[in-house]
Amino acid sequence: MGKGVALSTAEPMGATRWLLRGHSALVYAFFYAPIVVLAFYSFNESQLVGRWSGFSLRWYEAFLQNDNIQSSLWVSVKICAASTVISVVLGTLAALSIERFRWWGQKVFDAVLYLPIIIPDVTMAVMMLVFFGETAELFNVIPGVDLTDGLEKLVLSHVAFNISFVSVVVRARLANLDEAMEEAAADLYASRWQAFRRVTLPQIMPGVLGGALLAVTLSLDDVVVSSFVSAVGATPVSVYVFGMLRKGVSPLINAVSVVILAASMTLVMASLVLERATSSRKR
Amino acid sequence: MDVVVDPGLEHQAERARSRQGFLMGLPAIIYLFVFFVIPLGFVVMYSFATRTRTGRTELAGWNVEAYERLGEAVVRAVAFRSLWIAAVTTLLSLVLAYPLAYFISTRRPATRNMLLVGVMIPFWSNFLIRTYAWRVLLDSDGIFTRIMSGVGLGDGRILFTNNAVILGLVYGYLPFMVLPLYAAIERIDWSLVEGARDLYASGWSAFRRVVWPLSKPGVIAGSILVFVPSFGAYVTPAILGGNKKGLMGSYIVDQFMDARNGPLGSSLSVLVLVVMLMGTLIYFRQGGRSL
Amino acid sequence: MKKWMSLVAVITAFSIVAVACGDDDDVVQADCEVGQTDGDLAFYNWSDYMDPELIAAFQEEAGVTVTEDFYPSNEEMFGRVEAGGSGYDMIIPSDYMVSILISEKMIQPVSEAAVPNKSNVAERFANPPYDPGAAYTAAYQWGTTGIGVDTGVTGEDVPHTWGLLFDEAVADQYGLSGKISILDDPRETMGAALKYLGYSLNSTSKSELAEAEAVVADAVDRVAAFDSDQYSELIVLGETVVGHGYSGNFLWDFEEGESTYDYFVPDEGGTIWVDNMAVLTDAPHPCTAFAFMNFLLDAENGAQLTNFNWYASPNAAAEAFIDQEVLDNPIIYPTDMSKLEFIKDTGDFEIEYTDALSRARS
Repeated sequence: MGKGVALSTAEPMGATRWLLRGHSALVYAFFYAPIVVLAFYSFNESQLVGRWSGFSLRWYEAFLQNDNIQSSLWVSVKICAASTVISVVLGTLAALSIERFRWWGQKVFDAVLYLPIIIPDVTMAVMMLVFFGETAELFNVIPGVDLTDGLEKLVLSHVAFNISFVSVVVRARLANLDEAMEEAAADLYASRWQAFRRVTLPQIMPGVLGGALLAVTLSLDDVVVSSFVSAVGATPVSVYVFGMLRKGVSPLINAVSVVILAASMTLVMASLVLERATSSRKR
Repeated sequence: MDVVVDPGLEHQAERARSRQGFLMGLPAIIYLFVFFVIPLGFVVMYSFATRTRTGRTELAGWNVEAYERLGEAVVRAVAFRSLWIAAVTTLLSLVLAYPLAYFISTRRPATRNMLLVGVMIPFWSNFLIRTYAWRVLLDSDGIFTRIMSGVGLGDGRILFTNNAVILGLVYGYLPFMVLPLYAAIERIDWSLVEGARDLYASGWSAFRRVVWPLSKPGVIAGSILVFVPSFGAYVTPAILGGNKKGLMGSYIVDQFMDARNGPLGSSLSVLVLVVMLMGTLIYFRQGGRSL
Repeated sequence: MKKWMSLVAVITAFSIVAVACGDDDDVVQADCEVGQTDGDLAFYNWSDYMDPELIAAFQEEAGVTVTEDFYPSNEEMFGRVEAGGSGYDMIIPSDYMVSILISEKMIQPVSEAAVPNKSNVAERFANPPYDPGAAYTAAYQWGTTGIGVDTGVTGEDVPHTWGLLFDEAVADQYGLSGKISILDDPRETMGAALKYLGYSLNSTSKSELAEAEAVVADAVDRVAAFDSDQYSELIVLGETVVGHGYSGNFLWDFEEGESTYDYFVPDEGGTIWVDNMAVLTDAPHPCTAFAFMNFLLDAENGAQLTNFNWYASPNAAAEAFIDQEVLDNPIIYPTDMSKLEFIKDTGDFEIEYTDALSRARS
């Protein structure tokens, strides 16, 4: 990542520079506009999102009193963490295997790797439902595995689509990346693992992080697949919200979203500050 | 590396390397085989199966009726409308995301990470709630509607139009475009750009001849990540478009949920898979190398 | 590689199916006694449909914990319990879904000994067409499907007709173009069009359905949205003026609005629907589920439910305890029941409804 050198040439000069900045600011405004709206209405007195009738914390109180929604929040966090870790490892390995090596049958794997991205949500949902319905008994024979547990099914299906997304992002990074460096490193360092850790990994890190971000987002946001494979006691928050839709959207969900956003922003800020602190100490 | 080597040894090394590559991919291969390919096998089987009177899919009486129905006019209409909407969404996303990804890539590393996470955080709230928040922005007296008519870009409610659907899809899938673009642009060796600038003098042609070609893998990956889900989307069109004109996603959902027509839902899914996979592979060939 | 992979896939898939296909045809029925429980209850319900205080009271009384999850449509619920092993004990399916569930053997007959309060159910709901003799279910709540109108915009004298949704002349007269929402539900939507044409909403005539399809197709350009979730909010927010939807939902949101509103079932007739309590065949705790069913069929508990969710109670004994203003509300308890029709499972023909709605919008 240490390419801070040539930044002056990278950033365009004159009017273009300001155009670029203005554009980026506008896109960020676009990203956050609905977030501002949903945060605003989480403090609404009325149950109607879209009509302001006065400030109230009643939806936050309702959230604190609602055990179901709190436990579904934890379900989401668990699934998200587990599926992201697994799919980042598997997806990065798959990306390296395809981009860096030639082996027999690779083309087939390459094509299969795209299928989870290409498949319509519902189809994926239906096939996971049927698959788990038909095979749960077979899997349950394996000790320690209990597929009647919705949590395991959720993690398994989230990994199934996340592997592909992670590997696409990592591969975009790997393509055209200078292999000479890696080869030199392989000569230099005693083991391949060392070469990988010292040279390849730092180089592909932005891709891996990007993939991880995508995996987190897809896992938290998935409704369709999750609603088919979740079971009693393992309902992620997205599915819980989906179930409440018949009566329109209650500001309760806005409040929940604000809580999720506030928590994740705090986490991200903390990690960034921590990173900065440790890296400055190293210097 | 031009030292003369014993060809036998070289061949052996090659095979060892090939085996190593396969082993690296193996965990993902096994995983996807068990938890994706086999489940997909069920869908393929469903597409040749029979729908019972009550709407169960019976794995018997194999037939191709579900595939014959793909020729109906309604399927064509729905498919072309979805293609068009997905294409516009992809193009708009590219136009919005490219400058942003470029901007992020040219920040200092610490700032970069923050900006990148800033792109994703809105999407950690809830998908449905975000989409309903767009309803508020796009309705008759919504802020977005007012701004658009203030600038003279159309008047009246945007909600429940195709434009609202496209806007919602662009919003929802823009991060899928930004991430791979960023990953591709960030690794560009800027000394090349500097050289090009000396050579061509204009910043624009330096961009066109150096930056754009080098960022192409990102453009391709991003386009696929946006195009494909837009094509199959059904929640956004329902909430922001009012579900007035059928799209592929909602058509498939209707088959599985309302009609409980597993065979037709499955054959539609297989159709989408085959067309998209072929499109993707061709697109990648065009992009030069197999990304 | 490709070849052996696909071969293995097919063989594996088939062997799995073969293993799973050892079905037995016996009807499962739990034998339970009054108040008997066999574990914590997993309850799968529509949202905002159950008074949390009733759940708390049942937990106290029976000494069990109740987990409640929500579904937004019958189809969504069916999709989730269909494969089996969902872990849920009790569900609240609507009428036509009950017939499907019975024919698929997915719900079990009511354990009569455990639910003595079933005798409280009013006669009208004791022998419904979708479940003869109410052997498998007990009615939970009922209501109608009709039209909600912002009379502040249209005036009080709007004609009570499905033409508000489908007739161009009516739409022009009251300025409804672009201000209409229709349910996104094959049976309800096509049913409304069939009623508008004077046919039964359970018609199994291809030509009648084709006429209805043309009616819906003609209306598409005047409709703001096909929406099954927010039709009442859209009216209150002023985005639409008329909306097609379920009685109780309108009442909830009209309370919040600033205009004057009305809800009615058009004179051509409309849908009466009943949601029912049913216990899944693979319910892990059927006795607790029947205990809960009995608890909800109690006169006072049934009344508390209606006072909470503003849907009509099928519980005859409960009437004495229901608030007078609820009983007197014609939206909750319509005065004329004669023009209301149940949606029936049309079997083979069911699929035609979905296809017609798809074609109308293609």
